[in-house]
Amino acid sequence: MAAERTWKLHMGPHHPSTHGVLRIELELEGEKVLKATPIIGQLHRGIEKIAEDFTFHQAIPLTDRLDYTAASLNNLGYVLAVEKLLGIEVPKRAQYLRVIISELSRIMGHHLWIGSAALDLGAMTVVFYTFADREIIMECIEEASGGRLTPTYMRIGGVSKDVNEKFIEKVKYFVDMFPEKIDGYETLLTDNIIWRQRNEDLAVISYDEAINLGLTGAVGRASGVNYDVRKAFPYSSYEDFDFEVPVGSKGDAFDRYMCRMEEFRQSVRIIKQAIENLPDGPVMADIPYLNPPQEKVRTDIDALIRRFKFVLEGFHAPKGEVYQSVEGSKGELGFYLYSDGGSKPYRCKIKSPCYIHVSALPAMVEGYMLSDIITAIGGLDIVLGEIDR
Amino acid sequence: MDFLIDIAITVVFNLIVFVGLLLIVAYSTWFERKLLGDFQLRLGPMRVGFHGLMQPIADAIKSFFKEDVIPKNADTVVFILAPMLSFVCALGVIAVIPFGGTVHIFGRDVKLILADIDVSVLYIFALAALGSYGCVLGGYASYNKYSLVGALRASALMISYELPFALTIIAVVLVSGTLSFSGIVDAQAGLWNIVKQPVAFILAIICGLAEINRTPFDMPETESELACGFNVEYSSMKFSMFFMAEYCHLFTISAIITTLFLGGWHGPFLPGPIWFLIKSIALMYFFIWERSTYPRLRIDQIMRFGWKFLLPVSLANLVVTAIVMTIF
Repeated sequence: MAAERTWKLHMGPHHPSTHGVLRIELELEGEKVLKATPIIGQLHRGIEKIAEDFTFHQAIPLTDRLDYTAASLNNLGYVLAVEKLLGIEVPKRAQYLRVIISELSRIMGHHLWIGSAALDLGAMTVVFYTFADREIIMECIEEASGGRLTPTYMRIGGVSKDVNEKFIEKVKYFVDMFPEKIDGYETLLTDNIIWRQRNEDLAVISYDEAINLGLTGAVGRASGVNYDVRKAFPYSSYEDFDFEVPVGSKGDAFDRYMCRMEEFRQSVRIIKQAIENLPDGPVMADIPYLNPPQEKVRTDIDALIRRFKFVLEGFHAPKGEVYQSVEGSKGELGFYLYSDGGSKPYRCKIKSPCYIHVSALPAMVEGYMLSDIITAIGGLDIVLGEIDR
Repeated sequence: MDFLIDIAITVVFNLIVFVGLLLIVAYSTWFERKLLGDFQLRLGPMRVGFHGLMQPIADAIKSFFKEDVIPKNADTVVFILAPMLSFVCALGVIAVIPFGGTVHIFGRDVKLILADIDVSVLYIFALAALGSYGCVLGGYASYNKYSLVGALRASALMISYELPFALTIIAVVLVSGTLSFSGIVDAQAGLWNIVKQPVAFILAIICGLAEINRTPFDMPETESELACGFNVEYSSMKFSMFFMAEYCHLFTISAIITTLFLGGWHGPFLPGPIWFLIKSIALMYFFIWERSTYPRLRIDQIMRFGWKFLLPVSLANLVVTAIVMTIF
């Protein structure tokens, strides 16, 4: 009887390879996957709802906690959305710094992805190499913002503070030495026959499926969807930089891997251009209600009152709704803000790429083996903090 | 009186080998952790003793004092017996491995081998097959889906790798003309078997890896897929026994390959046991190095590799060896 030949397995939420607290309900026949149902919600913190109770400024640290592997990219998406709502122009230097920090974050996110994806398949050394390199980026970001994992560097109208010489030195050191390290990862993985066997022709998503599912980022590009928000709708001066968007052809797990490896190189290229052409000037838009004078607070009662009101009340945004997306390390990360004219967003909706990618998981793994689920999840690069929000 | 001295020598010798083996097993965990640390830009154990030298002892004490959990629906008898079976079978292999020549003591010639039996090769195969039952039964008795899958994988792996391993070693037996390990070692006094049988050496290393469930063939465990596989429900000393069996296997498979291909304890200048340890540890180094480099294969790929590649190649090696032996 067919009913007796199949069995059910609850994979997760406490499973080493589901990248957090994803649970997958599996129906298996032997080790063959008949049906996979991802069940999410174990990491729900209500970030969207909390943002409604916070002023526009206060909500920035919340966005750090979405995709905590590449925190600054989420900051960028949110502050760009608020700036669009307010209609603010950000100084060029701040824009370039944002680009540097967000590309560094992208590399950080990919570091975590490649390390954990390799660890899932049993190649345990790669994760230590990537974390050693990730540490250098963390030091760069610490130099700029003071934070490491969740720096909250972006501010509405610019960045929190200007960078020093040391930061520039460190970033230059990183971009010089990192391409060699990427080659090192490739020797360990791309040239490794077992890695190729485990990834090639696996968890295939065709072009049409990718479009229908709405896959973006490296997952979509591996299937041939040539869409990158940085190219399609440039923001934060991305049009100034010369870089390429890698596109795959087969849409299997190996293509996803190759796309991300190429993104490493392109990110380094962008950082190199940005750090060399870093313009001078302020790092904050000169708008009084965004940036009340800090230095006169102790001597000038007017300044004190303005600072006080800024902290307590924030600023009132005009009525309206905006949508702004950025190219996150996982895919198109969008922020939809609806303002009713108050100092808090009436509604803040986050379009998370991982949420969409995890919906592609059943289509990827059905008909494959139990072990291939691990490969598929690794290739999808999901972060549960962003899925559950 | 002579009889008593005989017994005393045997008992002391057995004790030395047994304690020595347990020490090697304990310190091979330290060796692996240190080496992996070296490969992975970190230090490995550093806290307990000088460079973590007391770490294995600390681990042993810790696992003695852990709570011993037996799952509610587990088959208790099998659940308790499985780790013992695994451990005993792993330890037993050392009995037939010669690690030195003959020592003259108390007017007697003592051979540095616990049991110099004629059918050593058959004996290690029997123990290896029996040892796999430890994994299979342990996984089966745990009443856990993950460990059941691990147990199934262990049995599949055992079937598909025992055969090429046996065929590989039969080629060596043909070359040496004996089934006894001490005979095989003596036959290599002039020229090591690795020169006579290079293909068999590579095959034996691959099959050995599968035999002891190490990456890229660590299917019964696969900590990232099955959350530790067959031993997921085990705790305390029962888990330690599986753990020690694994490291004991690591050492014994190195010792077996040393004996079969690398001339056993033969070597210039240094005494036999030292040469034996050097060669075995070099092979262990290789196995650990390989673990830190390779990802693991999928179960169907392992099956395909075993049946469609290893089996024909080892069979061809055997046939070619036999033909060459007949002609010359």
